[in-house]
Amino acid sequence: MAEQVAASRYVAREASLRRRLLTPEGLDLGVVLADAGQRASAFMIDAVFIILALIALTLFVIFGLFGVVGVSRSTNGLSALAIIWLIGWFVLRNGYFIGFELRGRAATPGKRISGLRVIARDGGRLTADAVIARNLMREIEVFLPLSFLSARAAEGSADRWLNLLGFAWAAVFLFFPLFNKDRLRVGDLLAGTWVIRARPQTLAADLGATSDGAPPAYRFTDAQLDIYGEFELQTLERVLRENHQEALDTVTAAIVQRIGWAEPVADPRAFLAAFYRAQRPQLERRMLFGRRKADKTVR
Amino acid sequence: MSSELAQGTARFRAEREADWLRLEKIVDRVERRSVRALSDDDLFALPLLYRATLSSLSVARATSLDRALLDYLEALSLRAYFIVYGTRTDLLRRIGQFFATDWPAAVRGLWRETLASLALLVSGMLAGYLLVASDPSWFAAIMGPDEAVVRGPTASTAALQRILVHTGNQDGLSVFASFLFTHNAQVSLLAFALGFAFGVPTALLIAMNGCIAGALMQVYVAHGIGGQLGGWLAIHGTTELFSMVLAGAAGFHIGRRVAFPGESSRLAAAAEAGRTAATVMVGVVVMLSVAALLEGFGRQLITDSFARYAIGGFALLVWLLFFYIPREARRG
Repeated sequence: MAEQVAASRYVAREASLRRRLLTPEGLDLGVVLADAGQRASAFMIDAVFIILALIALTLFVIFGLFGVVGVSRSTNGLSALAIIWLIGWFVLRNGYFIGFELRGRAATPGKRISGLRVIARDGGRLTADAVIARNLMREIEVFLPLSFLSARAAEGSADRWLNLLGFAWAAVFLFFPLFNKDRLRVGDLLAGTWVIRARPQTLAADLGATSDGAPPAYRFTDAQLDIYGEFELQTLERVLRENHQEALDTVTAAIVQRIGWAEPVADPRAFLAAFYRAQRPQLERRMLFGRRKADKTVR
Repeated sequence: MSSELAQGTARFRAEREADWLRLEKIVDRVERRSVRALSDDDLFALPLLYRATLSSLSVARATSLDRALLDYLEALSLRAYFIVYGTRTDLLRRIGQFFATDWPAAVRGLWRETLASLALLVSGMLAGYLLVASDPSWFAAIMGPDEAVVRGPTASTAALQRILVHTGNQDGLSVFASFLFTHNAQVSLLAFALGFAFGVPTALLIAMNGCIAGALMQVYVAHGIGGQLGGWLAIHGTTELFSMVLAGAAGFHIGRRVAFPGESSRLAAAAEAGRTAATVMVGVVVMLSVAALLEGFGRQLITDSFARYAIGGFALLVWLLFFYIPREARRG
């Protein structure tokens, strides 16, 4: 029962993140929005990269130019270093996100690692002004709350409440994505963009294909194959592909009980594979006749 | 019957698999490098393979329950879709277009907000001036106690004057300029971003900046060297204050469209306003870097008040002409 609730909740959540993206050919590609956790982790990865780059920049300025190149200790050399650092940090802070998202993949390294990308909400081209707009808003989403936090740490109790209020106000922008169904940041809202999942997939082997012409070791009756629906079939597909012994055993036990399989099952994986191969054509035939069976509760 | 069907889906896949894999290879290469990395053959094949894959997806959705296959085709079609329809012009062309049309057009589109922002800045200046005139202790409240010692009402005329004509050593100047540039740019980006809170914090930020300039002016006018201060401010100030006004205007534009979206939906209005305002903001950063050059180099090299006024006035004229001279609308 709990499993079923969890499963239906999972399905509902996935469905609630699905959006239409109609190509000019008239096909809905059905993009899936990134959830708040994926967005946050992508941002954390980017933040680490930015901090590393800042450290590298600082070290470069201190040692690279100072020591190796041999800039003398004159004010001339020092000021050159200061300029490089100041401008470098400015470009890094504002240019990192914009620069990467303007490229073909429309994703920062953090987003790429998390399998995300930015797209225009209307499905058209992602324009430069949209990318700039969505990233300049980070100023109030990230840096403003940070500045309130650091100010609070630095100053005495007189301004503490003021800073706390300031932080609470800034937190509205910070937690904005949690309060709308499209998981839009303020920046996404103002730029007309979405962040979607776009992890490249590899073509997996077809589990439904019989390897040879040999008759199947397990035979199922039509009544047995009529019990489960498409959701269960695709869950079974996932279990088979992931291939964890424990999951295979559990699912085998559940199916054996449900369809009333009398004989002993020696090899759970072979049994499940046979069941999948028998079940899928059955459901696909129903599909062709327009009588789809979404899950086992459908008659 | 069942086995016939299984053979049908297997055949469907076997017949098309080579196309999918070839498309995947092409998409991989474009994503890793660029469209230019493709051979002519691949380039011509790309749209055909993309359409073939879309049609495979649509058939698979209607006939197959193989989740892995559907996921693969969806992901591949999506990646190819962005390559086929996401064509972009090259960078140089884009930059040219930004300066030639996009930027001035965006600034012109914000003329109402620009006037409002200007009015706020000027009234902030007046307020700062009048406050310090009525009670000099306001200066410390506006500028901070440290500044008040250096160039507050209690400082001597000679000390105030020294700040204006101080040429310093040439090395510190550019550091000063780059510090001012990054600081000012960050403040104006903040003014823009705060526009989202219905423009209220933006208004405060603009008025406060006006206040500071007003307070400073009062001190110098009271010492009878207002004209010199004018030159000191004007050489870069016309550009810097103008960009500040524009940053405020960009913020107000967002605030206004979010609060009063008019005919379009709030979401659509916000998206449209955000893109226009972002274009203005890129321009603001450009203007600020010009202002920093004028401030860091021009001001220190040119100490004559008249020349400072002339340069400041000329810069203002150039900006006004650049933004507001009507030009033929770009087609397409």
